[in-house]
Amino acid sequence: MSTDQQTVPDRTPPSLDARVVAALGSAQRPPRASALVSSLTFGWRALLKIKHVPEQLFDVTMFPIMFTLMFTFVFGGAVSGSPGEYLQYALPGILVQTVVFITMYTAMTINTDIEKGVFDRIRSLPVWRPSLLVGALLGDTLRYLMASSIVLLVGTAIGYRAPGGLGGVVLAVALLLVFCFSLSWLWLILGLKLRTPNAVMGVAMMVLFPLTFVSSVFAPPETMPGWLQAFVDVNPVTLLVEAARGLMNGDSRPGDVLVVVVLAVVVTGVFAPIAMRIYNRKS
Amino acid sequence: MDHLAIETDGLVKLFGRNRAVDGVDLAIASGGVHSVLGPNGAGKTTVIRMLATLLVPDGGTARVLGHDVVDEAAEVRSRVALTGQFASLDEDLTGAENLVLLARLYGYSRRAARERASELLSAFDLDDAAAKQVKAYSGGMRRRIDIAGSIVVRPDLMFLDEPTTGLDPRSRNQVWEIVRALVGAGTTILLTTQYLEEADQLADRISVIDHGRVIAEGTSGQLKASVGAGSVKVRVADPSDRDEVARLLAESLDASPVLESDASAMTIRVDDPSAVAGALHRVGEHGLVVSEYALGQPSLDEVFLALTGKPPADRTDPTDRADQEVPA
Ligand SMILES: Nc1ncnc2c1ncn2[C@@H]1O[C@H](COP(=O)(O)OP(=O)(O)OP(=O)(O)O)[C@@H](O)[C@H]1O
Ligand SMILES: [Mg+2]
Repeated sequence: MSTDQQTVPDRTPPSLDARVVAALGSAQRPPRASALVSSLTFGWRALLKIKHVPEQLFDVTMFPIMFTLMFTFVFGGAVSGSPGEYLQYALPGILVQTVVFITMYTAMTINTDIEKGVFDRIRSLPVWRPSLLVGALLGDTLRYLMASSIVLLVGTAIGYRAPGGLGGVVLAVALLLVFCFSLSWLWLILGLKLRTPNAVMGVAMMVLFPLTFVSSVFAPPETMPGWLQAFVDVNPVTLLVEAARGLMNGDSRPGDVLVVVVLAVVVTGVFAPIAMRIYNRKS
Repeated sequence: MDHLAIETDGLVKLFGRNRAVDGVDLAIASGGVHSVLGPNGAGKTTVIRMLATLLVPDGGTARVLGHDVVDEAAEVRSRVALTGQFASLDEDLTGAENLVLLARLYGYSRRAARERASELLSAFDLDDAAAKQVKAYSGGMRRRIDIAGSIVVRPDLMFLDEPTTGLDPRSRNQVWEIVRALVGAGTTILLTTQYLEEADQLADRISVIDHGRVIAEGTSGQLKASVGAGSVKVRVADPSDRDEVARLLAESLDASPVLESDASAMTIRVDDPSAVAGALHRVGEHGLVVSEYALGQPSLDEVFLALTGKPPADRTDPTDRADQEVPA
């Protein structure tokens, strides 16, 4: 009986079961993967998915370009007198809106994993359980960064100049990522709870459209009727937009930024444990 | 270590008012294949998901390799592998990427993970498909890569949920070959199936479940003995001879033939296969011509019929159980 596969010519390979036994026998147990390694591995998976399904980048790249151009040239003249002036006002808001919209893919991704059975396989592995979620959030963060860059590039190409300079822009994007990270936990809960990716999409649209449009993204709240202003003023997206706008305009009020950070910490503190609990007990 | 590989006591899982698993007791020894046989909706997958720590039972206890599935879930997870009923790898990734991913999660270094992946791919005849996305794989290839994913690290116990449903005979035989190889190498396998033939081919012992309960347990020989050795299908050359042939066969085989809608065919239960030749010979002596006959094993339907007195119910609609009594 030959156990050395090298000496067997290609045409007559050993039978399937002999090879399976050989492959099984050589499996010694490596030390358990650390939490960091397993999280990064799931992050790597998110990258591979971007590579194999570049269509998913379509939303990330086309939405921001569309939004930026559409709002600047369609509404610009009406709201601010000229597209150029409007762009200066609206770009920080468009940046926020674009990325906040993309956060819903966190829910889509996890929901698809559950539907396809990948989720079961992963949860039956001896890995630090939250690493699937952490890895997914890492991948998402990368998408947020890509989308942010695109909005800023397109904006710059059609004439946007940040008075706050590069530093202000970087800080604004960082703040945005912090906020979206906390929002992702909410999406995870939704993704774990809803039955199909389509249902996730439906709920996401119902939440995101009012949240991003009824805010100070596209128009100053002062121009809106009082009852609407009341909502706009407490809308977290407005708070985020005002803070980001301040940073990009170079006239940031520390209070604005602090409010957003506190909000993100509170949302994470409340919803991350809930999401983890649902994830662990998910049937 | 003389504990059982799997030991459950009154295991229960409810989905709303549907008692998907309704008091399952299993005692499965280490080594070999134990098969859980049952029709659609019997609760096979639900049992496996509880044993693999994916679902928390609503009642009863389960120990896997000596560890409680709820209190010592991490211990259980580090020693079992699950190959789910539906492809459980990432379809967007290539076969190689999936295996590298799993190997990394099991703790292999980057380099070792790549080596392990290619070792497994060639062991499972998937070299050519290594760089293809799993969504482009055939059913048989998917099953093989799923199983490969389960032995990245050698498990002590492997759950295989309906590994051959929907496969062509060649792929099915490959899966069987793999299962036998794994068992030969000392892995215990819990395999669910809807096919008696599969349980017969692979399993040392079989638990038949229906409506979330174990309704019979034993070796395949014992189960078959409960329904007789099988049945013989007979076609007569001339349909007008059928009644006469049926009468003769009924006499010799001591069972009543079931006439089929095809006017020249019938099926008769046989307890002793060696009596069939004599019975057919006697038909010939009466100048009647049998054009075709086939001796078949009892089907799962027949086992069910014998065990429950009714054919396996189709349980795809869970509401048909909603009116069952719910114990306090
Ligand atoms: N997640 C779930 N939510 C609600 N009901 C469920 C869920 N999973 C299973 N069920 C129900 O539990 C019962 C048992 O299902 P299960 O999937 O365990 O059967 P099965 O024996 O694996 O069937 P199949 O051969 O079709 O795979 C069915 O009535 C099914 O509808
Ligand atoms: Mg099933």
